Amino acid sequence: MGQIQLNQVSKSFGSVEVIPPLDLTIEDGEFVVFVGPSGCGKSTLLRLIAGLEDVTGGHVTIDGQDATEVAPAKRGLAMVFQSYALYPHMSVRKNIAFPLRMAGLDKAEQDRSVAQAAEVLNLTDYLDRRPGQLSGGQRQRVAIGRAIVREPAAFLFDEPLSNLDAALRVGMRLEISELHKRLKTTMIYVTHDQVEAMTMADKIVVLQAGVIEQVGSPLELYQRPRNTFVAGFIGSPKMNLIQGPGAEKHGAATIGIRPEHIDINENEGLWQGTVGVSEHLGSDTFFHVQCNASHEPLTVRATGEMALEYGAEVHLTPRTEHLHKFDVKGLRME
Amino acid sequence: MATQHSRSAARLMMAPAVVLLLGWMLVPLTMTLYFSFKKYLPMRGDSLANGLDWVGFANYTRFLTSSSFWPSVYATLVIVGGVLVITVILGIFLALLLDQPMWGQGIVRILVIAPFFVMPTVSGLVWKNMFMDPVNGFFAHVWRSVGAQPIEWLSQASLPSLILIVSWQWLPFATLILLTAFQSLDQEQLEAAEMDGARWPQRFVFIVLPHLSRAITVVLLIQTIFLLSIFAEIFVTTQGAFGTKTLTYLIFQRVLESQNVGLGSAGGVYAIILANIVAIFLMRIVGKNLDA
Repeated sequence: MGQIQLNQVSKSFGSVEVIPPLDLTIEDGEFVVFVGPSGCGKSTLLRLIAGLEDVTGGHVTIDGQDATEVAPAKRGLAMVFQSYALYPHMSVRKNIAFPLRMAGLDKAEQDRSVAQAAEVLNLTDYLDRRPGQLSGGQRQRVAIGRAIVREPAAFLFDEPLSNLDAALRVGMRLEISELHKRLKTTMIYVTHDQVEAMTMADKIVVLQAGVIEQVGSPLELYQRPRNTFVAGFIGSPKMNLIQGPGAEKHGAATIGIRPEHIDINENEGLWQGTVGVSEHLGSDTFFHVQCNASHEPLTVRATGEMALEYGAEVHLTPRTEHLHKFDVKGLRME
Repeated sequence: MATQHSRSAARLMMAPAVVLLLGWMLVPLTMTLYFSFKKYLPMRGDSLANGLDWVGFANYTRFLTSSSFWPSVYATLVIVGGVLVITVILGIFLALLLDQPMWGQGIVRILVIAPFFVMPTVSGLVWKNMFMDPVNGFFAHVWRSVGAQPIEWLSQASLPSLILIVSWQWLPFATLILLTAFQSLDQEQLEAAEMDGARWPQRFVFIVLPHLSRAITVVLLIQTIFLLSIFAEIFVTTQGAFGTKTLTYLIFQRVLESQNVGLGSAGGVYAIILANIVAIFLMRIVGKNLDA
């Protein structure tokens, strides 16, 4: 079981309110990702759930029990830290066994759990090494192993992949997702990388300045962003947001259109512009086009075969059925 | 850039420093060894100019068989050991306290470090006259205020008193080194241990102490080097009386009070051997902490 509920939880450091009162429910077995720009309070929120920070107000409920005043170790949650926080003077075996040793389990039982976790995480050959002798990905797995053996109600991940190189990050992303499918345990995952959020989450919580901007499945957020912040944050490359006369024509303060929903044509179209930088990814090509509809250059996705010179004249046509409209406050209009 | 030419030029330029350092070490060592095999009593008319008599190992046997020798080795080891234990244990506690955020942290830290800047002679005299004096000392007043008979610290409890004085001087050093070690401890490791269910004493034993082990090693090694040769504190307090005669002090007495340079030199060679034995033991016990 691992249902976590936040009721009017808030956090202030001195007079600075980092998280205004918020409500959030995380269902048992869900993979929830907290995503937002740096300093948005997502890590603080995770630490509040873990109990490493005291809440200023409100209640944290785990499996129906009020855990607000419960010590971190007693909440039945396991955390994987950004720096992995492995104990450098202990072997991998002792690192993984540490929570069991603290719980007072006997040696045979510890060994059995460690062997099992090592098996799952492909660490069996490294059990007698020190963390300093392992690569980044292996250290990450040891940290996860230390969390698994506790059989927690929920796993908390605090930007666990940010210290890994790009290739390893993609691999670990898959491993963590697969682990979730296998264990079916609640996981809460903090990241600033919206690609990680989109690929791993059952449910994404978008945060800005401690406020929840939107909660929903990755596709919900992608297709129906609740406001301009979510619209700009989710999706890579970013959604084009157009203000001014171009938007007023559609009766909105701001309109948004994703790069893949603009057709680019050399001969005719609704908007006219000149091509700036083109980014060739092989499968797709992204053109940055300065056009008459907006002050900012628009990003347009085209097929990988399309090639246009810098400065070429092009025409753009947005597909109106995919247009997002936002009002003066930046909220979605239907 | 490390061409043949630049390497030989570098050697040439380093040579004066290397020669100077070698001379600095070798000349006194050779002279000590040389004198230790000679009869050299300046007050009885022996002098380098007249030539010194070769006496073989007579100085060595005499120094070793003297009734003061083994007590001096004992006193040396007790003082060094006592100071090491006190400074490391108290140093850990003080460093732990100073690591906590508090008002006036900067000033408190400077105050804690202050004893290290007091010259050994001065601190020895201050302790002897202002604290341990059985008539006017601070401790005497404290004892009398509760109706107790004041302790004559430097005669009745001479070794503990000396250990107290020297520990007071070296505590700041240990505290400082250990404090920097505390500050380099990754807080996430402590949080991880907390999540893993370790209580504070367990976090201290399993996470903090292992992290401090290297700093403790450094403190032990450096302090041992300096503590084996403490002199001023003994000279200004007990003058080697009441069982506080260390090996260093015994050598001083042989050379300057008895005016027997040969005998003192033989003692000096024993001191080198003792220092090496202690060093080897220390390296064996704690040296592996300095690896990796």
